[in-house]
Amino acid sequence: MATTDLKPKNPKDPHRVAGLDPLTGEYRVIAPGQTFKSITVKIAGIVLTPNTPLGWFALFSVGGAGATMLLTAVTWLFLKGTGIWAVTQPVAWGFAIINFVWWIGIGHAGTLISAILLLFKQGWRNSINRFAEAMTIFAVVCAGMFPLIHVGRPWLGYWLLPYPSTMNVWPQFRSPLLWDVFAVSTYATISVVFWYIGMIPDFATFRDRAENKFAQYFYGMLALGWRGSTRHWMRYETASLLLSGLATPLVLSVHTVISFDFAVAILPGWHTTIFPPYFVAGAIYSGFAMVLTLAIPLRKFYHLEGLVTDRHIDNMGKVMLATGFIVCYGYAMEAFMAWYSASHWEAFMFWNRAFGPMGWSYWVLVTCNLAIPLTTLWSRKLRTSIPFMFFISIVVNTGMWFERFVIVVTSLYRDFLPSSWGTYRATKWDYMIYVGTLGLFTALFLLFVRFLPMIPMNEIRTMLPGAKITPKIAPAQPAEAGD
Amino acid sequence: MPPREGTYGILAEFDTPSDLVRAAQQARLDGWRRMDCYTPYPVEEAAEAIGFHRNKVPLVTLVGGLMGLAAMFSLETWISVLAYPLNIAGRPTYSWPAFIIPAYEWTILWAGLSAAFGMLALNGLPSLYHPLFNAPNFRNGASTDKFFLCLEALDPKFDLIETRAYLATLSPVSVVEVEY
Repeated sequence: MATTDLKPKNPKDPHRVAGLDPLTGEYRVIAPGQTFKSITVKIAGIVLTPNTPLGWFALFSVGGAGATMLLTAVTWLFLKGTGIWAVTQPVAWGFAIINFVWWIGIGHAGTLISAILLLFKQGWRNSINRFAEAMTIFAVVCAGMFPLIHVGRPWLGYWLLPYPSTMNVWPQFRSPLLWDVFAVSTYATISVVFWYIGMIPDFATFRDRAENKFAQYFYGMLALGWRGSTRHWMRYETASLLLSGLATPLVLSVHTVISFDFAVAILPGWHTTIFPPYFVAGAIYSGFAMVLTLAIPLRKFYHLEGLVTDRHIDNMGKVMLATGFIVCYGYAMEAFMAWYSASHWEAFMFWNRAFGPMGWSYWVLVTCNLAIPLTTLWSRKLRTSIPFMFFISIVVNTGMWFERFVIVVTSLYRDFLPSSWGTYRATKWDYMIYVGTLGLFTALFLLFVRFLPMIPMNEIRTMLPGAKITPKIAPAQPAEAGD
Repeated sequence: MPPREGTYGILAEFDTPSDLVRAAQQARLDGWRRMDCYTPYPVEEAAEAIGFHRNKVPLVTLVGGLMGLAAMFSLETWISVLAYPLNIAGRPTYSWPAFIIPAYEWTILWAGLSAAFGMLALNGLPSLYHPLFNAPNFRNGASTDKFFLCLEALDPKFDLIETRAYLATLSPVSVVEVEY
């Protein structure tokens, strides 16, 4: 659907009219009256100021405390081993895998916004893509840590890579766990490259506007000498488009590969062909929720309502509604296949998942992922209500965490043999590491907001009315030269 | 290598992208070839106007991607068939369907790195020094809200006095000489 299809139902409503563009009658993507200069001053001003808001320090100390707790818990983990976690038989995968999948999923919305929406020419993404990409990278940082600390002896983590060792041992390429290594490392690398390439022109703006010598050197180095040459811009645009084209299949493949960790196993509850699309949709669902969780306070705090408008919040609500229904289809299919497969084990697994001793987690998931968002996101009034959308984003993030909890734990705790049934109760170390990654994520994100351009100035400039070439100029004579 | 002393070119400043595109188009019609536009965001019409239509970034990306694919698939095959054959539940050592996934990821990895670094290399970046940064008004606006056209001294039509006068006819905001 083109974003230009958005026309309000009741144009008389005064609350709506404020957000409308009088020329087109559509919701505005950027508030009126912005010029090249004004957006540059606004966005660069957030970074190129010696004054850091006190609120920033307050939040950073909370995030930093979380990161310190993570460091403490991980240190103890390295000293004592994974025995300090609740993982044991029969639930051999616990919080580490749940958090890994949850964090990676959150990251996916960043790539979706920056790559897929770019390919679909959705101009509204421009205001939110940079911090969504930053969210991706910090989420991948948090996610990538979990498999590494889960291997027990993380200092031997490099054994996962194919390298000529003196032991003459090589990795086993038929295992989904090894596919993960390549999928996640590629995802992290490409996300960082995409993010950095996107920031180069904005670093050049910072370099040119910085007044302090250190900032000039710092951003000057990062800008690599960017000077806005048209030839550079054209190669840059081609490279950005190609990177989006590559990141799109990549993001779909990464969560597919992660779902293979489960789907390739023969365990009831995991051995399901619906997993790849259902994991990808769930990832996007939770990722958009996280973008909202970050965007709503940010736009308020830095007065960016003119750039991250109600239209963005509304569109993100729609994406969540759509992906929420795909996720809903996934849950329905799991239940249907449990019955239709006529497999005793599948049927028992599903019954146990919903009504067994840990069934409460399934109902938390249904409430948070289906009951609350999928009934309310239909309403435009609620979708443009900022407090409600913030609430929904927290609800969906919780629900998606419980989805991974349900998949991992309730498939494992009562397996084929009743004598080996058990339960799962996370230890304080599990909680400390999980909450610690939330702190690390917050701290990294705050550093990003303080020191890097959180809204892509060069992309916003292309959307301003001043960027239109008037009158339409006839093309020059035929091509002679390129590179 | 261009000479490292004297004049790099003459730089005209414009307020709007439309003025820049018109000027660049006129300059090209008048036979200028060694020229470039400098804008705070990508202006496709300016690239058209100076006759820059194709670039090699897609080719570099394709070659990079194919190299990644070939590298990973042959590494997997060599490891699993020759270097370290393992019998995993009786599956053939050459289990190509399983090998597709890492090979696919490496195709994307190498293609993406080639696109990014290839773009930088073709642009001649990083190069922290460029004569244009010597122009007094360039750093003030080129990355914010001003549009520049530079006619370079290497063009055979270039003449310090005449080129300056010529640029003034294209109704710029200002015209300055850029030195190395």
